[in-house]
Amino acid sequence: MQRLPLPTPLLSLPQLFLLLALLSTNVNARGTGDLGIVIERATGSVQVIETSNNTTLGRIEGLGDLSHASAVYSRDGQYAYVFGREGGLTKIDILNKKLVKRIIQSGNSIGGAISQDGRLVAVSNYKPGGVKIFDADTLTLVADIPASYGNDGLLSKVIGLVDAPGQKFVFSLWDAGEIWIADLSNLKTDNTGGNTSKPRITKFKGIGKNPYDALITPDGRHYIVGLFGEDGMALLDLWNLDAGVKRILDGYGKGEKKLPVFKMPHLEGWAIAGNFAFMPAIGRHEVLVVNTLDWTEAGRIKVHGQPIFVMARPDGRHIWVNFAVPNNDTLQIIDTQSLKIIKTLTPGKGVLHMEFEPRGEEIWVSIRDEDRLAVFDTETFKQLITFDAKKPSGIFLTSRAHRIGL
Amino acid sequence: MKKALFIINLLVMQLFIQSAIAEVDTTRQNELRYFVKHDCGSCHGMTLKGGLGPALLPERLSAMPKSFLVSTILEGRPNTAMPAWKSMLTVDEASWIAEQLQHGQLLYKSQHGFIQPSQLAETNKAMSKP
Repeated sequence: MQRLPLPTPLLSLPQLFLLLALLSTNVNARGTGDLGIVIERATGSVQVIETSNNTTLGRIEGLGDLSHASAVYSRDGQYAYVFGREGGLTKIDILNKKLVKRIIQSGNSIGGAISQDGRLVAVSNYKPGGVKIFDADTLTLVADIPASYGNDGLLSKVIGLVDAPGQKFVFSLWDAGEIWIADLSNLKTDNTGGNTSKPRITKFKGIGKNPYDALITPDGRHYIVGLFGEDGMALLDLWNLDAGVKRILDGYGKGEKKLPVFKMPHLEGWAIAGNFAFMPAIGRHEVLVVNTLDWTEAGRIKVHGQPIFVMARPDGRHIWVNFAVPNNDTLQIIDTQSLKIIKTLTPGKGVLHMEFEPRGEEIWVSIRDEDRLAVFDTETFKQLITFDAKKPSGIFLTSRAHRIGL
Repeated sequence: MKKALFIINLLVMQLFIQSAIAEVDTTRQNELRYFVKHDCGSCHGMTLKGGLGPALLPERLSAMPKSFLVSTILEGRPNTAMPAWKSMLTVDEASWIAEQLQHGQLLYKSQHGFIQPSQLAETNKAMSKP
């Protein structure tokens, strides 16, 4: 057979392969493990940040009323779900820095959580009081759980919503003083699109007056809710539901005059270090130390003001604490071995939130009234860099995607 | 008992407030505007449409006596999450805030990224039952 003469190729074969490889590779491809977002509360925007070199990558706008906002992440760290004050639920793509989808799912909401399998996003609402659960992919509603209590059809504001192992969400009812567990494992396998099955709800009543926020321990076993109306906290062991809700730290403020509470403290899973849990004492200038082996008080630490966030560095060696107005220009660092304050920083007015980098060598701090973010070295306590941000509040890094309760 | 004290407080306050004209200089007014938006806003919402605390919109507040609002700001409300702000605010300042709130003067001006009507298309879908 006679071979036809081939035209001289413009590119050699290896060159051709290289070209194809280049064409098929997204030159912008990068991982998401070092990314995060910062809520800009007054402008309805978020800044995308990265912690490998501590830079800001851009801004996503149009997220609505973020005056009290929080966020959770998809497992791949590409999407953040931002819960806004006005009932807004916004899914953003932080790699491509764009808004994917936005819905208004209630009149007033406080926070949210993502399920164990990453397929459901739950939002806790003040108005109408309850929890709504959405498909994480499409944000279509898959379950509605009104927080009705008593006999008059009243709806309670819902707080302290967290995810728990077994495809569960746990949350508390501010007005009713109840803890509810919603088990969504029956929705998990329903691929018919019908979702006719309802979440199974387990209720614990009379847990105490006005639960204001809650945390779940990093192992997903203990759900602890702070009580605004009482000196004490309620503890639910999710491994032993039959034991019911137990009161811990009962009467921690007995005999002392309660101060006006200028801002509700937050509880977060990150306040657990070794065998100690560190909790803000409500209405006091104290951080409470709890022994997690038997949940008894192990001590209390006098601090600069009313603690808001009490967060353990990922290695558990230090606790960083910020404060309510009028002491919100200060951060204090507690050593978890000596239970003593080892450093007091004054980063600036309006220190609203802080977030440790995944392994804890640096911490990001939002300084609202100065319109900036600052990154500190957690060993030297020196400020490393500062960025402009518009009224920054919550900082959320993608490492949260892989932690129970965050 | 707490309630009785609260009412007595209210009456005493009323005497003060009726004689006081809320005089606050402009620098302080700006601080107070910021304070209401961001610090009251933690519970009442930055848009004052409510959160853990109730809405502070004029349609609700204008129906209430000013003295009640001033005493609520300064003394707090027993058995609720509303604290007493008197360590941070004077009677004049609380009175100025109450007046501004009643007349809707502290409402958040939406010049930024708040939700646009065009984005609300999904709302009804999300609000409806599955």
